[in-house]
Order: sequence, then structure tokens, then C-alpha cells
Amino acid sequence: MEVTEIKYQKYLAKDYKSENAVRWCPGCGDYAILTCLHKALAELNLDPHNTAVISGIGCSSRLPYYMNTYGFHSIHGRATAIATGVKVANPALSVWVATGDGDSLAIGGNHFIHAVRRNVDINILLFNNKIYGLTKGQYSPTSSRGFVSKSSPYGTVEDPFRPAELTFGARGTFFARAIDVDMKTQVEVMVEAARHKGTSVVELLQNCVIFNDGIHNKISDRSWKADNTITLRHGEKMLFGKDNEKGLVLEGWNLKAVTIGEDGYSLDDVLVHDATTNDNTLHMKLALMENANDLPVALGVIRNVEAPSYEKDYEQQIAEVQQKSPKKSFTEFLLSSPNVWEVK
Amino acid sequence: MPTNPVVTDIKQVTIRFSGDSGDGMQLSGTLFSTLSAIFGNEIATFPDFPAEIRAPQGSLHGVSGFQVRIGAKDVYNSGDKTDVLVAMNPAALKVNAPYLKKGSIVLFDTDSFQKKDLDKALFNTQDPFEELNLEHIQPIGVAITSLTKSSLEGSGLENKEMLRCKNMFALGIVCWLFNRPLEIADKLLEQKFAKRPKIVEANIKALTDGYNYGNNIHLTASTYRIEPVEASRGFYTDVNGNTATAYGLIAAAEKAGLQLFLGSYPITPATDILQELSKRKDFGVKALQMEDEIAGITSSIGAAFAGSLAATSTSGPGLALKSEALGLAVMTELPLVVIDVQRSGPSTGMPTKSEQADLNQALYGRNGESPLVVMAAASPTDCFECAFAAAKIALEHMTPVILLTDGYIANGSSAWKIPDMESYPEINPPYVQKHFKGDAGDWKPFMRNEDTLVRYWGVPGTPKYMHRIGGLEKDQLTGVISSNPENHQRMVNIRQQKIDHIARFIPEQEVMGDPGADTLIVGWGGTYGHLLETMLRLHDKGKKVAYTHFRHISPLPINSHDLLRRYNRIIVAEQNNGQFAHYLNGKFPDLNVIHKYNKVEGQPFKVSEMVEAFTQMMEE
Repeated sequence: MEVTEIKYQKYLAKDYKSENAVRWCPGCGDYAILTCLHKALAELNLDPHNTAVISGIGCSSRLPYYMNTYGFHSIHGRATAIATGVKVANPALSVWVATGDGDSLAIGGNHFIHAVRRNVDINILLFNNKIYGLTKGQYSPTSSRGFVSKSSPYGTVEDPFRPAELTFGARGTFFARAIDVDMKTQVEVMVEAARHKGTSVVELLQNCVIFNDGIHNKISDRSWKADNTITLRHGEKMLFGKDNEKGLVLEGWNLKAVTIGEDGYSLDDVLVHDATTNDNTLHMKLALMENANDLPVALGVIRNVEAPSYEKDYEQQIAEVQQKSPKKSFTEFLLSSPNVWEVK
Repeated sequence: MPTNPVVTDIKQVTIRFSGDSGDGMQLSGTLFSTLSAIFGNEIATFPDFPAEIRAPQGSLHGVSGFQVRIGAKDVYNSGDKTDVLVAMNPAALKVNAPYLKKGSIVLFDTDSFQKKDLDKALFNTQDPFEELNLEHIQPIGVAITSLTKSSLEGSGLENKEMLRCKNMFALGIVCWLFNRPLEIADKLLEQKFAKRPKIVEANIKALTDGYNYGNNIHLTASTYRIEPVEASRGFYTDVNGNTATAYGLIAAAEKAGLQLFLGSYPITPATDILQELSKRKDFGVKALQMEDEIAGITSSIGAAFAGSLAATSTSGPGLALKSEALGLAVMTELPLVVIDVQRSGPSTGMPTKSEQADLNQALYGRNGESPLVVMAAASPTDCFECAFAAAKIALEHMTPVILLTDGYIANGSSAWKIPDMESYPEINPPYVQKHFKGDAGDWKPFMRNEDTLVRYWGVPGTPKYMHRIGGLEKDQLTGVISSNPENHQRMVNIRQQKIDHIARFIPEQEVMGDPGADTLIVGWGGTYGHLLETMLRLHDKGKKVAYTHFRHISPLPINSHDLLRRYNRIIVAEQNNGQFAHYLNGKFPDLNVIHKYNKVEGQPFKVSEMVEAFTQMMEE
């Protein structure tokens, strides 16, 4: 046996747990997400003191209190901007954002798209339960058209944001999706998100057991999950179904779900997932697949592209400037500036 | 043949360069003031420009001006009225006519005083001077445009580029008039256009020819000399308030041994701070142009959390957008410097005009009981001192500090003796690993220094001090979120006391002027120069009056009450409707008669008006 890597596990999942009692509603999807984050950090072997978790407002944003890392529970919508400041100020930190569909896509929409555009190396965990939970049940920017809620008693007359579309529109370099009940995929995508240098958006389809129970049932329920979802892995065939008997093929410009061996489709026709291609056309198509169009909902890492990260380029620029001009004290700087005269 | 002009010695003069926003008046003014400062005069400048970048040519609302007052000494402000006006077009003459002194010189470009130009400035006759009733002035018409063109013939420049140099021709005449050495101007131009030698050459040519033109034809019967003064020894530069503010932050970061972080968003008249700090990568400054005002402050709060000296720069409307985040900085007790370069409001108001009406916003503009430190800078160079002090207070007392400057001092400049940083105090942030006496295991994020009530700073990356902070109320001991009623009351009180305690660490309030005075003039912020001169003029008239100028507003200096109580009459002068007067009244209800002098026109105070108004108040 050839040993390729010796992995020294310095931390366990419990090392990332704080003493604070977790106060989400019993049955809330947030519990699973929290556990997965603990596991992912352990797998990444990150020092808790070099990790910072930043959140905005909402149920999801209570998460930092339950982390034995540095944490900042801030104000509504601003977590990505605060995280940008944290990361740029100290690029050595692993910076995570816990946020929700209301927090990041409504009140914090501007900060969300600009963080993604800058590609600052932060990991955004976007808890999407398609509802405002903490304010007790109003529709959110991801609620479907016609959704009935306390603030839309006759149904909404507006279309929702699709987080992937928004991310790609802002030139996002990393997008992944997982369901709260699927611990394995969640840990996997969180680890990948952390390894990606740049803004990583992880959409977590999360169930609000009180105000929007079962909103993701069609894909999270065990009886339908295999047929209604596909877990994408870079370099692998896009197969799904209980026995991987189905696959995705291109038909014209569109994706189509087929059964291998039927209608003349063979395994060779099935697409291979390339998360790293710069062109996001196919990533967009994959990310927007819906059961309503007879396509499985895509899970896993959909896009993972290398691009310069903001804080790194910023430091690089500083280094270049400092190399050109030797380090001066502030007084030396003033004395060497134009328009200096001496009174003797 | 004309006789050589007499050289008359004068103490002070106020000159205004005025023309279209594209005429280069700001450059002429800046050059003239810088070269006068280098020559050894005191200077105070007032760039007064429209919000429009290039308003229609020759129109009244497109007039851009740069006023500079120079003197042998005692130049405290940019002056009420002008001794010399350079008017590049009729609109400039019309707009500035009310501010001309008797006997003042008006140098105007005859080429641009033609019928079509007069029409644009809405004159009804062909004689603008008569139409404006300008009888007691000395108009000097020079064909500046055509002379500049012939001066630059053969320079290889295009017509448009040549015309752009007419501001230098005009400046040349002014330099002749005031016996300024051209060598300094030449050097300044070489620096300004370092990368365009052809432009340098043309500008210097136009400048020199302007000077020679004045000299050769003896434009005026007299030229003027303002003797350089014996300033204290050392190196000097000239600086405007925004640059000085940026420098103050850099100096503080150096003292504290911290990285400087600025999160900001462009807004008039504060943008220069963002621009200056963006240049300063040589100091490792991280200046981020964020997506909006809110991201400007929140990214800074993130940087403060992560251990930087963090600041954000803005003006009134931007401060309004930052309110909620400021509350977060108060609640999480993080060090943060917020610079508000005040402009006329409310709403968009008059972006390029100055005002002092954001005081209430700075003091009270947040939800909840949300105390923080408020300071105000008195002059362009004082912006340096205040930014340094604001950073020191923020870092050592773990609090947001709002530093109020204003458009007048932000854009105005004066000569500045380069500070000796050795003589500035140390800055010692309360790092938890250094200042907390107990074991790391016993530490909680809201434990405080008992004397100052300052919490300790646990910076991410420090082992053993992982903790969570946030905008929710927290238990005073454990730091865990709490909505316990007694705890909230205690925390509200502690946050206020912490700010009140800072009064022990700031200088005591001082009084200038007559020790036996029973009237006290009170000012704050950028009106310092005007109020000081007002007091001196009142002294000249035999009035017993003293003056105190507040730099620290929240908390007030510890002796404020005792000091104010001593006077029978207090005149609070400010460019708003009485915000500081109300604040003082609220703090010290037993103060003697408070007179309010309020003017909110978007223009600097006028000393002559104040002398008259205060005299009247003193007679009441």
C-alpha cells in the first residue's frame, strides 16, 4: 500500500461547538447544518481561533453563537460586507457567513452580489427556507409566485430570485447546493467551498418546520429524492436515479433527463460534469433545473472556477507598491512630498 | 511713458479667482496660495464651486471660485470680501459683485465680456459694471484670451489646449501685482504636469507672459508686497482638511502599530479622503471603495473586529445610511473612526457647500440609547490633530468616534508645519492577552477595565480567546445574549458611563481673549478662524469678550460647566439653527443667557456681520 498523504487530525467536530445552548425550534433544519459545519471544519483541520463566522439577522444568523470560533452576529443583511472587511483586514482567517434568503437576497442583496463580484475569499452558507421565520411567516425573495403567507394572503404577484442565477449574474466562481437532511453532501460541499479561493456560495435547502414545513419535500423526502435530484461531481457522469439508471444529456441547447438503454440513449451520451469551466452557460442550466420541467434538482458543487481573489490581489498590489518605494516613516513621507519648504 | 508703479506694503489681501467650472480657477487659486505659503505668507483658502462638473459655459450657476487670503500674519480665515477679483467672464463678475470691497481691483478678460457673454450672464446692458452699480472699484480689462493665444503661438498645442492656459496668464498678472517670485510657480507646475512636459512649458510660458504683460504696460499704479513672516523653524507644507484627515489616520495607525483600513463610498465633499488613502499603499493602507455607504461602514466594522484601525469617511446623507451600523459598533464596543465632512442639507442639499447641521445626527441619530464620542475639527490643519485623537480614543476606549469636519475646512488649505511624530502620545489598545489580568479560561468578552469601563479587545487569530459578539443585548458578565430587564438597564448605563469617562482623558477646555470678559463667544468645528477674528475685532473696538472653541463635543471637556458658568452672556455661533446651543442648554440648564447666532447659507461666516451682530447682543 502506498501512503500518499498522512493526515493529522488536530481537531474534532466537538472542538468547534460552543457552550451556548442551541435555541432553534425542535426539528429545524438549522441543527443539521450546524452539525455539518462542525464536521467540515474538523475535516479541514482549521484552527478555531483562526476561524471567524459572521452572520446577519434571522434564524440562520444565530449560528455564530453555537460555534467555538470567533463569531459576529451583526445586523440585517450586512454579513457579507462585514465578512469582506474581516477577510481583507486579515486574509489568514477562514471566514464564513451564515445567512438566509431574506438576509442576503432581500435587505442584503446589494452586499451579496458585490461580495460575489469581488470574489473575496469568504464562504457564504445561504440557508434557503423560502420564508421569513424569525418574524413569523412572511414570504421571502425566494418564495414562488402565488405563495400564500401572512404578508401575501392572496398569494404573491412577484417572481422569486433563484440564488444560483443571482450568483452567476454577479460572476460567481463557486456555487454548490445541498439539502439540510443530506449530511454527507453538505459536509462535502462545505469542504469544497472552503478550499475554493474566492467567494463560495453554498445554497442549503433548509426546512422551516414551523412556517414553511415540507417546502423542499419533493427533493428531500427519501421516497422521491433519488429520482428528483442529481448530485453532481466534477469529472463524473451526470447520473441519477435509485440505481444511477438515469442521466442528463444535451438536446439542442437544452438539458434532458433520459433513462439509459431507452429511446436509444447509452451511457456514452450522458454528460460529464465539468465544474471548472469558465463559461457558466451549462452551470446555469444545471443549477436552474426543476422538477416542474421533468429535470432533477442539481445538488453538489455545480461551479468551482479558479479566479483571482480580492484580498490576495489587494495584498499583492500593496507588496508591489512597497517594493517600488522603500518603507518610510510617516514623517519621512511628509518631508519627501512635493510642496515642502523649510523655514530656517 | 508710464512711470514705474509704486510698491505698496500691505498686511493682508483677499483674492478671488473666478470663472467657468472649466476655466481652471481652482488650479490658479491653489498655485497662488501654495506659492504664497512657500514665499512665507500665512494663507487660508476657500474653494467655492458648483456641484455641476461643467455647467453651461458662461452661465451664472456654472461659476467656480477660489478665494485665498494671504497675509504677513493673523490670517485666521479666507476673508469676507475680496480686494482683488479675477473675473474670466461676466457671470463671474455678477456672482461675486456683492463681495467686492470698496476700491477693489477687478481684473477681467475683455475677450469674454462681449455681447453674447453678457447675454449668457443675463445682463441687460453693455456695461456690466454700471449695471451692477460697481462705482468704487478699479476695473482692469485685459484681453486675456487673445494674449494667451499669441503667447502660445508656435507651441505646437492645439487651439483648445492653448485656451486652457489662459488661467495661467491671469495668474501671471496677479503674481506681478503682488510681487510673487515666478520660480516657485514654475516648480509647482513642473510637479503638477510632470508627465506632460509640453503642457508644463506652455503653462510656464503663459504665466511668464502674463507677468511680463503686467510689468511692461504697468497695468496698475501700484503693485503690492506682503512681507514674508518669521515663522517658527522647521519644514512646512500646505495641506487641505481632507488630506490632513487622511494623514491623521495614517499617523495614528503608525503609532498604534496597526494596519489602517478604510471602507468608504464616494460622496462630496468627503471623497478626497478615500482617494488619498487609496494612494497610500506604501503605508499598507487598505482603502476599499465599497458598493454603498452601509458597506463602507460595515466592512470597517469587520476590519475593526479583525484588529485593524478601522475608519469610514462620508458626508451627511451617508452618515444617515450608516446609522444602524453605528449602533452595532456602539453595541459591540468596537473601535471605529467615522468622518463626516458636513455639507448643506437636508437630503442631497447643496453638496459642495459647507454647513454644521449634522451635529444632532452625530449625537442622536441612532435607535436606542446609543452614546458615542463626537469631535469636531477647527481648521484644515486641525483635521490632522483631530483624526489622530479620534483614532486614539476609538482604539483605547473601544468605541466608535464621529469626527465632524465640513466642506469649508475639508477643501480649504493652510500652511502646515510638518509634525514631529515623536512628540505625539502612544496609542495602546486594550488587547485582551496583554491587559486582562486573569486566565484566558475565565475571560468573557464583556469584562471591563474597572476604571475606564473599557472592554478588552480579543482579535480573531488570537488563540484561547474565541468569542462571539453581536447586536443583541448581552449579559454584563458572561456576554451571552440576554433580555433580562435589570441587565439591560445596567448595560445602558455602563455604555453611557464608558463614554462619560473619556472626559478624563481629553484636554480641558480653554478660553482665549479678555480674562475679565463677561461675554463668551462659543464655537465649534470649522468656524474657528472666523470667530477668532471676530473676537479680535471686538477687542479692537474695546469690547470685553472671550472666546472658547469646542473640539470635544461628546463627552464635553471635564471643566466645561465651570467654565461656561462664569459668564453672564454666552453667544453660541454655528452654521445651523442652534444645535450646539440646545445641546449645552440640555446639559447645563443653569447657564446664563444664551444668544444664538445662526446662519445657514452654505457660505462661511462673515466676520464683519458677526462683529455687528455680537455688538448688538452685548448691548441688549
